Amino acid sequence: MNYFELFNFSPAFQIDLTVLAERYRELQRTVHPDNFANASEQQKLLAVQRTAQVNDGYQALKNPVRRAEHILFLRGIDISHETTTVKDTAFLMQQMEWREALEEITSVDDVASLYDEFSDYQKLLTAHLSLMLASDNVNDWSMAADDIRKLKFMIKLHDELVRIEDALYD
Amino acid sequence: MAYSEKVIDHYENPRNVGSFDKNDPSVVTGMVGAPACGDVMKLQLKIDGNGVIEDAKFKTYGCGSAIASSSLVTEWVKGKTIEQAAEIKNTDIAEELALPPVKIHCSILAEDAIKAALDEYKSKQAK
Repeated sequence: MNYFELFNFSPAFQIDLTVLAERYRELQRTVHPDNFANASEQQKLLAVQRTAQVNDGYQALKNPVRRAEHILFLRGIDISHETTTVKDTAFLMQQMEWREALEEITSVDDVASLYDEFSDYQKLLTAHLSLMLASDNVNDWSMAADDIRKLKFMIKLHDELVRIEDALYD
Repeated sequence: MAYSEKVIDHYENPRNVGSFDKNDPSVVTGMVGAPACGDVMKLQLKIDGNGVIEDAKFKTYGCGSAIASSSLVTEWVKGKTIEQAAEIKNTDIAEELALPPVKIHCSILAEDAIKAALDEYKSKQAK
C-alpha cells in the first residue's frame, strides 16, 4: 500500500501537514460507513477496510519517523528493527550517558536542559535523514535507515524524560 | 505480559552488574542497541592470556527481558574460551529464559553484545 498515493502526495520526506490533515478529513468523509448504509454487504466491508487504510495511512504520514520508514519501504528497503542491532559505539556511549543523566534528574531544570540536548540531537538526525532520503544513491538510503534507528532511541529517551517529568510533579 | 520465572529472577537479582576499568588491557567492551525498543546494552569481558573469559559485567538500559538476557549471558560466558563464547546463540538465550516472540530481539541483542566484545578482543590481538 502506497500511502502517499492514497493521500495524493508525491513520496517525499517533506510534506505539508496541514494539507495532509485536510485530505485525511476528506477521505474519511468519502469512506465513512454512514455513506454505505444502503449499499451491499460487500461494499460495506470494502468501506470498512478503506477506513482502516485511511487511518493507518494518516498515522504513517503524520509522524516523520514513520513517514521516512514508509518511503524506504516503498523503495524496497527493509528496516527490520526487530533483528537489526545498532553497533555505533560513540552513539551508544552517548545513549548510556543520557540514560544515566535521566537517573540523576532531581529538578525541573535538569529536565529542561535534557529536553534541549535531546531535541538538538534529534534535529541534527532529522536533517541528515532528510538529506539521505532525497538522494538517488542506495547507499544513502541505508544511511537513512541508520538515522531512523537512531531516532527511535531518541524517541525512547524523550518518552522516558516525559515520564520522569510527570513523576516530579506528583 | 507475563514474564517467565527465570526472567523475573534475573531481573530482580541481576548477576554481574557494573563495569570494569576500561583501561585494563585484559578488558574488552561490547556495546549494542536495539532500535525496536531503544534498549542499550554494554557487556564487558575480562579475558586472560589464554583466551579464557575470567569475568564478565554488564550494564543494560531496557526492559526486563533485555536485563535478564544480559545477566544470563554474563553467567554463561564465565570460564568459557572465546571460541566457546562465540558459539552462544540467541535461540539458546531465548529458550533458557522462555522469551515470548516479541522479546526475541532482547536475546539477539545479548548475542550481538558478546560478538561485539569478541570483535574488540580480536582487533586488540591483531595490534
